[in-house]
Amino acid sequence: MTALLPQRLRGLASLAEALLTPHGADRYLELLDPMLVRREIRGRVVDVRHQTPDTVTFTVRPSRAWQGFEAGQYVRLTVEIDGVRRTRCYSPCGPGGGDLEFTVKADPQGLVSRHLHATTRVGTVFGLSAADGEFTLPSPRPERIVLVSGGSGITPVLAMARRLVAEGHRGEVVFLHYSNTADDALYRTELAGLAERHPGFRVVHAHTHGRGGDLRGFFSKQHLERAAPWFRDAETFVCGPKPLMDSARELFEAEGLGERLHTEEFTAPPLAFDASAAEGTVRFARSGRECANSGKPLLEQAEDAGLSPEHGCRMGICFSCTQVKTAGRVRNARTGEVSGEEDEEIQLCISVPVGDVEINA
Amino acid sequence: MTGLQDRLTPEQIEEFGRELDALRQRVVDDLGEADVEYIRTIIKTQRGLEVAGRGLLFAGFLPPAWVAGVAALSLAKILDNMEIGHNVMHGQYDWTRIPELSSQRFEWDNVAPAENWRHSHNYLHHTFTNILDKDRDIGYGILRMDAAQKWHPYYLGNPVYATLLALLFQWGVMLHDLEIERVFKGERTWAENVPVLRKIVRKAARQIGKDYVLFPLLTGPLAPLTLVGNASANLVRNLWAFAIIFCGHFPADVESFTQEETDFESRGQWYLRQILGSANITGGPLFHILSGNLSHQIEHHLFPDIPARRYPQIAAEVREICERYGLPYNTGPLRKQLWSVAKKIVKLALPGTPSGGPEVTVDPDRQLRAA
Repeated sequence: MTALLPQRLRGLASLAEALLTPHGADRYLELLDPMLVRREIRGRVVDVRHQTPDTVTFTVRPSRAWQGFEAGQYVRLTVEIDGVRRTRCYSPCGPGGGDLEFTVKADPQGLVSRHLHATTRVGTVFGLSAADGEFTLPSPRPERIVLVSGGSGITPVLAMARRLVAEGHRGEVVFLHYSNTADDALYRTELAGLAERHPGFRVVHAHTHGRGGDLRGFFSKQHLERAAPWFRDAETFVCGPKPLMDSARELFEAEGLGERLHTEEFTAPPLAFDASAAEGTVRFARSGRECANSGKPLLEQAEDAGLSPEHGCRMGICFSCTQVKTAGRVRNARTGEVSGEEDEEIQLCISVPVGDVEINA
Repeated sequence: MTGLQDRLTPEQIEEFGRELDALRQRVVDDLGEADVEYIRTIIKTQRGLEVAGRGLLFAGFLPPAWVAGVAALSLAKILDNMEIGHNVMHGQYDWTRIPELSSQRFEWDNVAPAENWRHSHNYLHHTFTNILDKDRDIGYGILRMDAAQKWHPYYLGNPVYATLLALLFQWGVMLHDLEIERVFKGERTWAENVPVLRKIVRKAARQIGKDYVLFPLLTGPLAPLTLVGNASANLVRNLWAFAIIFCGHFPADVESFTQEETDFESRGQWYLRQILGSANITGGPLFHILSGNLSHQIEHHLFPDIPARRYPQIAAEVREICERYGLPYNTGPLRKQLWSVAKKIVKLALPGTPSGGPEVTVDPDRQLRAA
């Protein structure tokens, strides 16, 4: 009987879909409560706090379709701002599973981060994607781990730290966190709490522009050696502003330890374009617009042509701008790979046309 | 009838185009939350009416419940097809990037598959508006709606075909996408129709499945009543959509064009053709919503991709521009426009080129009130 039940429910669900065609059950259920949808993931805010004046920390309870995440991964969070849907990637900073905790810093130039900072309340509903990203802890867990973060880049590494503590990791973990001043340090209490629960866990606070920390100034080899003298034998995970990531990469390359460094890119790596070699025509089939190939990624070419295709990160991670390429070849600006398959889905933001291309946009 | 090219001087045409471009830009810059809220309210109303209509038919043994159920379901289908479906599928809300309001993803409560319709309507009809032999919406390939269409004894049946088309409008729209008359002329192959046909079969099966199989069966002994109720709702929507759409392009005085006239058309000339080829219908706010704001056919044809709720807001300005350039702005109440269309259908059943006198008077006050 219990085995029959899910099957019967599935039968009922497909009957409901057949009755509610063409819109589908979700389009009716969401009018009762946006969290009732079955085919997409949504999250309702259940807690909001402000650790510092320019950040917001909120906890989101995901709807039924949510399948959990691995510490270090990100999700695409969707909000509507003045009628337009906007999507950005944020890493939840809990240990995994259950509710999702996010901390967002209001970037003075950032449309979405400022909106989240200003308007997030208990009860706010967001659109969510399934978790994604390769920035995760390897299995089995390394004996020694260095976690380095700067500012709100703390979120994926904090998730890793919480995960390690929750699992009862027995090795050595150093959490080196950079903030402008002592007042800007996020999750100070939580980090101290983790150190209490894990005998091998040490927190090192570095302040770039203020006194009172364990270290002062920007990330350097000296900092790393003082925080974790054994870092050459450890796996290191870094997330933070671009200068921090760049200097970490430089240092590890110089030490010949490139393999031991893992980074989460939330800012676009410079993509290589060669505008002078661009040739051919780009055709946007749906709108009927055409333009000469400028050698830039298709998303930019579409925008230059007056179109506004759906997009998110503009750096090839969020797949919001995926469209069908109906003809022609494109180069992936991240990998350099050229593909010419017909009717393949490509990411407009990192696809550069090679000769004539037609997109169904 | 004045030719398309000699209405305005090239300089005037250019200035006229610039004025309309500027008007469009002003609206586009102002788009925002209010537009999304508006369409969401309409969608909510439509879904509510649909659920209420289906629900009432479960009590269809009570005549008032049956009548109310059919009325609610008819309104739901009208809203779904006109103010929501037609407009969303035009891409009027694509700027919101909301998947449910995306022209590429929306599917309507109609047997014509969205994708087929978008091609024949958004591309063929809106690009080649009222160009003979190009705009297949002139007579839908079965009627003689323009004196320039060569007469044939077949057209003696014009009023009969028009009546059938009105009764079965959603099926007409569905079959329209197959471009059968072009297949007979050898301009299109059956092979090109295979993907179109495949979509039609799948969509029609789903629509028939819910309206004529599943919902009737769910009401048990009331199945025949429910089936007739659903068929009635589809019929009401068919008649309404036919009336609104035929009043948009076929009242007397609405002009049609030849391909030669429209070769190398500029943006301003394209705008001009849209104005000369369209007609508005006057009425109150509720009437405009139920017509999908196609009662503002002129504004819609000028700017098919801006949210329809904006058409009444800009109508007075469009009309003022038309008056300044000495252009007609064809408008009138529904009964007048319908009468004009009906007369045209009957007259064109017979050979010859009837000289249509001005059937529609321009009444600025009424139009301003409607706006």
